[in-house]
Amino acid sequence: MSVYYGQLIFEKSQEGRKGYTLPKSPIKEYELEDKYKRGDCPQLPEVSEFDVVRHYTNVSFKNHGIEKGFYPLGSCTMKYNPKINLEVSSHENFTSLHPYQPVETVQGVLKIYYETQKMLSEISGLSKYSLNPFAGAHGEHVGLMIIKAYHESRGDHKRKKIIVPDSAHGTNPASASVAGFEVVEVKSNESDGTVNIPDLKEVLSDEIAGIMLTNPNTIGMFEKDILEISKLVHEAGGLLYYDGANLNPLLGVARPGDMGFDITHINLHKTFSTPHGGGGPGSGPVGVTKELEPFLPAPVVRKAGDLYLIDGKGKNSIGQISHFLGNIGVVIKAYAYLLTNGKERMKEIAKMSTLNANYVKDALKDVYKLPVDKICKHEFVFDGLKDESIDVRTLDIAKRLLDFDIHPPTVYFPLLFKETMMVEPTENESKQTLDAFIDAMKKVAKEAKEDPDILKNAPYTTPVRRLDEARAARKPIVKYKDLLEE
Amino acid sequence: MKFPKDLYYTETHEWVKVEKGHAYIGITDYAQDALGEIVFIELPEESDELAQGEEFAAIESVKAASDVIAPVSGVVVNVNEDLEDSPELLNEDPYENWIVKVELEDESELDNLMSAEEYENMSKE
Amino acid sequence: MFKYLPHTYQDIDEMLKTIGVDSIDDLFAEIPDELKQCELDLPSSHSEMELREHFKKLAGMNEPLIPFMGAGAYDHYTPSIIPYLTERQEFMTAYTPYQPEVSQGTLQYIFEYQSMICQLTGMHVSNASMYDGATATAEAMFMAAGVRKKNRVLISATVNPNVIEVVKTYAHYRGIEIVVVDEKDGATDFADLKDKLDGETAGMIVQNPNVYGVIEDFEGYSDALKEHKALFIMNHDPSTLTHLKTPAEHGVDIAVGEAQSLGVPLSYGGPYIGYMATTKKLMRKMPGRICGVTEDADGKRAFVLTLQAREQHIRREKANSNICSNQSLMALFVTIYMATMGKKGVYEAQQISYNHAHYLHDMLLKLPQFEQAFDKPFFKEFTLKTTLDPEKINRALREKGYLGPLSQGRFDENKKDLVTFAVTEKRTKEQMDELIRTLGEL
Repeated sequence: MSVYYGQLIFEKSQEGRKGYTLPKSPIKEYELEDKYKRGDCPQLPEVSEFDVVRHYTNVSFKNHGIEKGFYPLGSCTMKYNPKINLEVSSHENFTSLHPYQPVETVQGVLKIYYETQKMLSEISGLSKYSLNPFAGAHGEHVGLMIIKAYHESRGDHKRKKIIVPDSAHGTNPASASVAGFEVVEVKSNESDGTVNIPDLKEVLSDEIAGIMLTNPNTIGMFEKDILEISKLVHEAGGLLYYDGANLNPLLGVARPGDMGFDITHINLHKTFSTPHGGGGPGSGPVGVTKELEPFLPAPVVRKAGDLYLIDGKGKNSIGQISHFLGNIGVVIKAYAYLLTNGKERMKEIAKMSTLNANYVKDALKDVYKLPVDKICKHEFVFDGLKDESIDVRTLDIAKRLLDFDIHPPTVYFPLLFKETMMVEPTENESKQTLDAFIDAMKKVAKEAKEDPDILKNAPYTTPVRRLDEARAARKPIVKYKDLLEE
Repeated sequence: MKFPKDLYYTETHEWVKVEKGHAYIGITDYAQDALGEIVFIELPEESDELAQGEEFAAIESVKAASDVIAPVSGVVVNVNEDLEDSPELLNEDPYENWIVKVELEDESELDNLMSAEEYENMSKE
Repeated sequence: MFKYLPHTYQDIDEMLKTIGVDSIDDLFAEIPDELKQCELDLPSSHSEMELREHFKKLAGMNEPLIPFMGAGAYDHYTPSIIPYLTERQEFMTAYTPYQPEVSQGTLQYIFEYQSMICQLTGMHVSNASMYDGATATAEAMFMAAGVRKKNRVLISATVNPNVIEVVKTYAHYRGIEIVVVDEKDGATDFADLKDKLDGETAGMIVQNPNVYGVIEDFEGYSDALKEHKALFIMNHDPSTLTHLKTPAEHGVDIAVGEAQSLGVPLSYGGPYIGYMATTKKLMRKMPGRICGVTEDADGKRAFVLTLQAREQHIRREKANSNICSNQSLMALFVTIYMATMGKKGVYEAQQISYNHAHYLHDMLLKLPQFEQAFDKPFFKEFTLKTTLDPEKINRALREKGYLGPLSQGRFDENKKDLVTFAVTEKRTKEQMDELIRTLGEL
């Protein structure tokens, strides 16, 4: 049966089969003029409802999800996605609202938007948030537009450069570039990947619009000189952008706003537990200081007395960056998570995620090479096996972990080391799960020494084995029709 | 790693072979090795004008993307179309499989390029 | 201890011992004390019962209206099995498919999604989806500017003004000039397009059906644009492509749009899903994720993200887009919609929408308060000229539980007398007759 289960939905199609019912309509048929009609009929599948259910159930079995097993993917914060969030956000009074309903009929959803915005401000120490950005990368793009609009509003047109450390997420330089900035890369300190202050001083000038930082950085190290960094950048007339990917270990501990950051984005799908959905939908709210509020994207949700209102584009706003008010469905889930945890739990989240990361790091550092042997925050990186004479790569270790029902850590990122493995266990994992991971990592290291081929040919137990990626890129087959024509 | 003697080289890992007023341009062994499995090459068209130091093609591998910089200026007279369907030829033999042939505009531009020995020393650093 | 935080005190002690510190606070020692003074002013932790009660109140503060409005969000039917299947943890809790061996589920449905989008649009290749229709259009504008290496893009005045706004925002900060092509009688003014088109133009963006619901006639567009080496970008409601001429048949280079109309609930504007599809020639210039087919070590068919060299994590500042995700779960939503409704059902739902919209249109024209705005074909959304105050219309309909038509005055002061209705297969004859009666009495 496995071959049949592995088919595409198109391959299960049988002419004349149906999976739907629609009510009979008493209205007569109207006919579209021929000149506007398409030539052929789109070849969509013809299957029964049960065919669809069984098909996608079998398709789902080929995925690793958080509820199945450990998912220590660095910088992605693969938390448990609480079920109650799904339950409350699925209420028909949220899902069936048209985005242009009059405000008095959508006060509940606007209240959620407004209060989430308020809570994010409090947590991050900034003045106001827009929840319109759809994802982290979208938030970065929006934040950079705000930086540009701010300088332009002051008639300061020279500032065309954004500083990005070499340890940054790949999206940072790409976002700077699509917002029309030039990227200036600064090298990190080799000892711990933090910003090198003399190097920073070197590049600061009246052409610098701002700097993008992640704190803790991508190897889990807190930028302990952050106050000096923000002073230097501000003195040079630049703004500080906080990439919120790593906010989790600072919840209730320290706030980006207090560190001197002017703009942040927060990933609700990381820090505030909304599901990653296999790549989206996420949500990347952007927060700013009081001074930058007028630049936030439109539309804006505002409270006047007891009423929540929506404002259009203000004079200084960067403009619209989404058709409506962003991924509201995601915001509702994050709001539920914030209320469940409340002020009592924020610091606990930071502490437990940090404890878990340090525990795994120290339990494995005799076996795996730890390039930065310091206390980390919620994540850390290994640089391959400690015994460098063993001929296996991080990729092989990652693939072998799959056979243990463990999703491997993030690999080959950040680019600071050659064989990077970035581990982020999150606060939800018990000591027993972490111990099982530690055992698996040790076992894989042992196999690597005794018989490296075990790793090089892994995985063995997954729905498919290792893939030929070059083949896919050389002769791209990107739809079912291409398969038929092959 | 091969460094044929009769070629000129650039710091950005292209080579040039001059033959009867024409220049063949390709990427070096070092470049193909660094890129890994090459999956696609975006080629210029015949009669396009190349300017020394400016990009004229792009190469993609599974894990990287790289622009190809013109080592010399000139009009493209021939494009190696085999590469369109079989970009992996660049991995197999980067010196046999040139990318474009151009009409050499200014021979003195060759003075800006490296010899095999100089290039070999540079790649070892 | 807390329900999401599993450690016992004994666990914590043992872990601290392994780390070699005395307390958890020691793990935060490097953070300057002056930064650590934060007592957050947040609500208290809610138990599950309290949270449910709280949400009951919030839900009660919303009043879903029955929409006779579209304007980029359409109230189509969602089969029951879609939420059931998309909420499976394997789909919902997975990350982006970076490890293809354990992400074949995500990759396979993305491949199916791409195949279906290509069937609808007639284009060669679709990406794995984008944030929404407006940002997908802005990304197409970036793509055109990048491919043609020119910084001027035209957009028709008949594109939804919100989409125009998003395109303008994206363009402004990247130094791309957006020029609006005039409208004439509810459609793009082709003569004005030809006037504004020149050798510096990277592309032209149109929408079909347009902001008035009009099905435009794009005869001659493709040739005119080709003559100036400008790319033809079309924002098209994909659901209407069961019937309408495809972007490919119009000679389009980049097809984009909002795929919410394929079964995604209204959800107050999001999450929705933008789609983008292009020609074989431009495949490697398209932003976003693309899934392709390959084989595993045993020669078994498998799916993998491909053509990744275009993407931000490799190209960094050279990338033409910073997008690093898709609306994956919404792509699954749309895929299951198209599988369940199938070849016949998607068509039938659209045909009913078409019939109902035309019925309402014809009946409203019988009222003295309404007259035809444009003598143009339409699909499920249409615009009428009215002597009534649009606010009065909407107030009266709201009392009956309906969301009335879009007033074009929302976008343009001078168009206050134009109202745009949308009708889907979910609007019954009874509802339409009640609407007609209500408006007739105004």
